[in-house]
Amino acid sequence: MNIHIPTPLRTYTGGLETVNISGTTVNAVFQQLTVKYPELKQHLFTPEGKLRSFVNVYLNDDDIRYLESQQETTVKDTDELTIIPSIAGGANL
Amino acid sequence: MLRIQYADYEALRAHGEETYPNECCGVLLGKSIAGEGNSAAAANSAVAVNMVRQIVRAGNTRTDSAHNRYNIAPQELVKIQRQARGLGLDIVGFYHSHPDHPAQWSKTDFAEAHWLGCSYVITSVEQGKAITTNSFLLSGTGEDDKKFEGEAIQIDIAANLAAPEAYNQKGQA
Repeated sequence: MNIHIPTPLRTYTGGLETVNISGTTVNAVFQQLTVKYPELKQHLFTPEGKLRSFVNVYLNDDDIRYLESQQETTVKDTDELTIIPSIAGGANL
Repeated sequence: MLRIQYADYEALRAHGEETYPNECCGVLLGKSIAGEGNSAAAANSAVAVNMVRQIVRAGNTRTDSAHNRYNIAPQELVKIQRQARGLGLDIVGFYHSHPDHPAQWSKTDFAEAHWLGCSYVITSVEQGKAITTNSFLLSGTGEDDKKFEGEAIQIDIAANLAAPEAYNQKGQA
């Protein structure tokens, strides 16, 4: 399946915006992704292996955190994963 | 350095005036021209140029505190990233406004900034009028060493931006 990489993390995928990784679940795909591009791991996951709180992952148009099986959700080759860090802030008065 | 066309620059400032007294937010699409070297540090350093080709307005989901907070829904970001891909562009930065507050990054801005190598543009809007616009590059290689660096904004008046190669040859980078 295709995984879309956000601009800051392309440094770790050789500049690629889209990488193709095989796997049957979101977790399996992540596992393969970080084997192929090991430097991505620390940017996506905490040392305990949890997805970092500011990293959003969408399976097609759905946030995986809100899917029933979350990272264990079954995926097809035609699905797309998008990794998208959060954007927020403010004047903080 | 941030390089942006005059019309886009004015449009992002006008967006802040329109949403006053609330914060506006949006995404900068374009191309990043890295500095020398190929490391993350070089790519994310101040010698890089983020060249804006298009700005995309986004909604502020922080309706609970929209006067001093902003958040772009991830779902909207996914769509914007898809749009960028279709145009052959990348997300190179973001903008937001600070209503009645200086155009300087806040602790919240820094804590919530995760797009290394991207430009974060902030416009101060005083009493409904856009005053100062500053850009800050989020440099570093990760959450542990990230920092905001003030960067120059080059505003292009001409309709067409010069090719990046020509631009670099002029030695203006």
